[in-house]
Amino acid sequence: MSLLEIKGLNKSFGGLSALLEFDFRLAKNELIGLIGPNGAGKTTVFNLITGVYKPDKGKIIFAGEDITGLPAYKICRKGVARTFQNIRLFNNLSVLDNVRIALHKAVSYGLLAAVFRMPSYFAGERLIEQEALRYLEIFDLADKKNEIASNLPYGEQRRLEVARALATRPTLLILDEPAAGMNPYETQELMQLIRWIRDDFNISILLIEHDMSLVMGVCERIYVLDYGQVIAEGGPEEIRNNKRVIEAYLGEEVG
Amino acid sequence: MLEFFQQAVNGLSLGAIYALIALGYTMVYGIILLINFAHGDIMMVGAYVGFFSISLLGSNILVAMIFAMVTCAVLGVLIEKIAYKPLRNSTRIAALITAIGVSLFLEYITIFLLGATQRVFPASAFPAKYYNLMGIVISNKDIFIIVSAVLLMIVLHYIIKRTRTGKAMRAVSLDREAAVLMGISVDRTISVTFAIGSSLAAAAGVLVGVYYNTINPLMGIIPGLKAFVAAVLGGIGIIPGAMVGGFVMGILETMVSGYGSSLYRDAAAFGILILILLVKPTGLFGKNNGEKV
Amino acid sequence: MLELAALTAFFMLVQYMITVGILNQYYQINLTSMCINIILAVSLNLINGFTGQLSLGHAGFMAVGAYSSVVMTQMLGQPFIIGILAACLSAALAGFVIGVPTLRLRGDYLAIATLGFGEIIRVVLQNIDYIGGPAGIVGISKLTTWTWLFAGTVVSTLVIVNLINSSYGRAIISIREDEIASEVMGINTTRYKVLAFVVGALFAGFAGALYAHYFYIIKPETFSFLKSFDVLVMVVLGGLGSTTGAVIAAVFITVLTAALQTFPAVRMILYALILIIVMIYRPQGLMGNREFSLKIFG
Repeated sequence: MSLLEIKGLNKSFGGLSALLEFDFRLAKNELIGLIGPNGAGKTTVFNLITGVYKPDKGKIIFAGEDITGLPAYKICRKGVARTFQNIRLFNNLSVLDNVRIALHKAVSYGLLAAVFRMPSYFAGERLIEQEALRYLEIFDLADKKNEIASNLPYGEQRRLEVARALATRPTLLILDEPAAGMNPYETQELMQLIRWIRDDFNISILLIEHDMSLVMGVCERIYVLDYGQVIAEGGPEEIRNNKRVIEAYLGEEVG
Repeated sequence: MLEFFQQAVNGLSLGAIYALIALGYTMVYGIILLINFAHGDIMMVGAYVGFFSISLLGSNILVAMIFAMVTCAVLGVLIEKIAYKPLRNSTRIAALITAIGVSLFLEYITIFLLGATQRVFPASAFPAKYYNLMGIVISNKDIFIIVSAVLLMIVLHYIIKRTRTGKAMRAVSLDREAAVLMGISVDRTISVTFAIGSSLAAAAGVLVGVYYNTINPLMGIIPGLKAFVAAVLGGIGIIPGAMVGGFVMGILETMVSGYGSSLYRDAAAFGILILILLVKPTGLFGKNNGEKV
Repeated sequence: MLELAALTAFFMLVQYMITVGILNQYYQINLTSMCINIILAVSLNLINGFTGQLSLGHAGFMAVGAYSSVVMTQMLGQPFIIGILAACLSAALAGFVIGVPTLRLRGDYLAIATLGFGEIIRVVLQNIDYIGGPAGIVGISKLTTWTWLFAGTVVSTLVIVNLINSSYGRAIISIREDEIASEVMGINTTRYKVLAFVVGALFAGFAGALYAHYFYIIKPETFSFLKSFDVLVMVVLGGLGSTTGAVIAAVFITVLTAALQTFPAVRMILYALILIIVMIYRPQGLMGNREFSLKIFG
């Protein structure tokens, strides 16, 4: 059974069609890549799945439920988490707070308990902090928990964003250009990390990436978008040899 | 029915004034996305300059208006350079707070220098006459206000559509970065926008003096807010929208005073504002633009 | 524990000085203004500083609180505590009714809409004859004591500080930091904006009740948007997002106001300059988002 199924999705901005009759399918535990030239509509797909934009037409089914047009926070609670192409951390807050905010729905105490500092507040806060630290440890950020997020070096900001997304306990993790700005060595590390996340957290991952070596190396299936339409779909080998894909990328780098 | 048309005519001159002020709001917003909260106070300064040039220099109303327009054009440019320019890359809220600061500054420096008392706009500058057109009474003041406002709007329209400066203004408001790449000086264009907007406000200030016969240092606040509502009503950043919005606001206001309670006049303006913001925040003539992610 | 002792000692010291007459009428009035300003600044800071939603309608909520408490105590003969509860509840309700539709708006539009609502509240009050119309209500009995002021200030500040330092507070702050990221992290941003707005309004109403029962007279004019700007100056000066800063700035502005009582125009010119200069040279305010912590409940 597929975890995410998209049928006939359309979105246009001011008359310009960004996405046309987009169909997509992702199985449980699958690791899928979405590639395409600049402006092909990849990030639009992500924004539509996560509820940042509302589609003009089409259906998005997640875990058997129609989530089309739901507000973003509800989609998150259904189990979809994401990172952003141009990292969007809570910049003036500490590393720990960034993850604690993502754990918001796990909070066990009420508003009055917080305001009047009842025992349940202290117990709940302790639990959240432990949980947040667990995620920070996984991403090797625990010793930086009190640093202000915007003061972290670039690579660590990317890791923090992934940690924060995972803290919402998703069943589908969506990564928007996770390797942007990384050197080949870091990209290699990232590939291992992505596979490990999928296996260890037992979730599905969908990623947009420009770095072909990463996409080809890590993804099991790849969708290629061009001008808002899927022009190819298949395993890395198929995609590498697909004529339309090569044409679409002509003049651009092909991994 | 006659009563209705009479109210509409009364509203027309007030609306012309609001439209002139609203134009400045909308031009500035269109170009730097700032609600220039001090715009109404620039109008007040214009009214004072007009007042003094009539009462001290004995100039006629047209000269007074030109005097006010030139002074306020300079004032507007100075305000932009000193207070707003350093904040061009800050948040819109920071810029708005600064604009509130500038507004308070203009109001209270005027009180400090000239006193808080109301001054009577010299009646000699404009002896009143009334005309009766098929039962509708219209004064020469109303005609003067409407005609001068419409003339200024035609001039503005010409500047924006036909001159290089106008083209630059439109380019900067569409896409500032692209305009820079095309060799347009953004700083200069913003200055020109402030100069034009402020001079229109100054003209409106003199017209307010004619309309209400009195001026005071806080006179800019309420008309300023109403003109802002007019700009939002027409779709902020859209020049014809501001003109239409201004007239609509003026006519609505006289209708509310005429048929309802004048005490609710000011609340009506804000009611309209909130209604538009909730129903169609882009205004009557606006298009939707979501945030880029 | 130490802080609790210090606060108690401060309370008793001031109470003693009032009783034996060291603090004369003049100082007492300023002390009252100071407490009321602290409550206003700390509560507006929750909305403007922590949630990042610029509200210019705080005086409107203060007015709702002031009038409803006075109706309770003066017209319906209820005790002060009922008046205060009515003030808090009615202001919170007003905050909810105004917040739900307007908080969908962003940034400067929200600012203008809240300013508009604040003015509408004032105009409506002017038009209700039962509460004196434009002339307001005169002869309100003086029920606001030092005990009320002190307890009110401490409780308001603590409630807001505790709210901020909880998961709910972090959700609120995340809206200021990045609304879209916050939403994508599963936070119902509209709900938390409304929460902050309602809590802020509630304490503004509380401040209104304390004000009305100290200064003998209330009229709609007192609660015009210039009053909202007063509070805004405090919040901006102290640092959007620092409760400590809001408290310090409220104290400072109260002292400044008292010192410049005979030169009201100069005071306003200074306010104006504070807004402009702080935004240009130190937009984070005096304190930024730093806090001195007072631990009372552990």
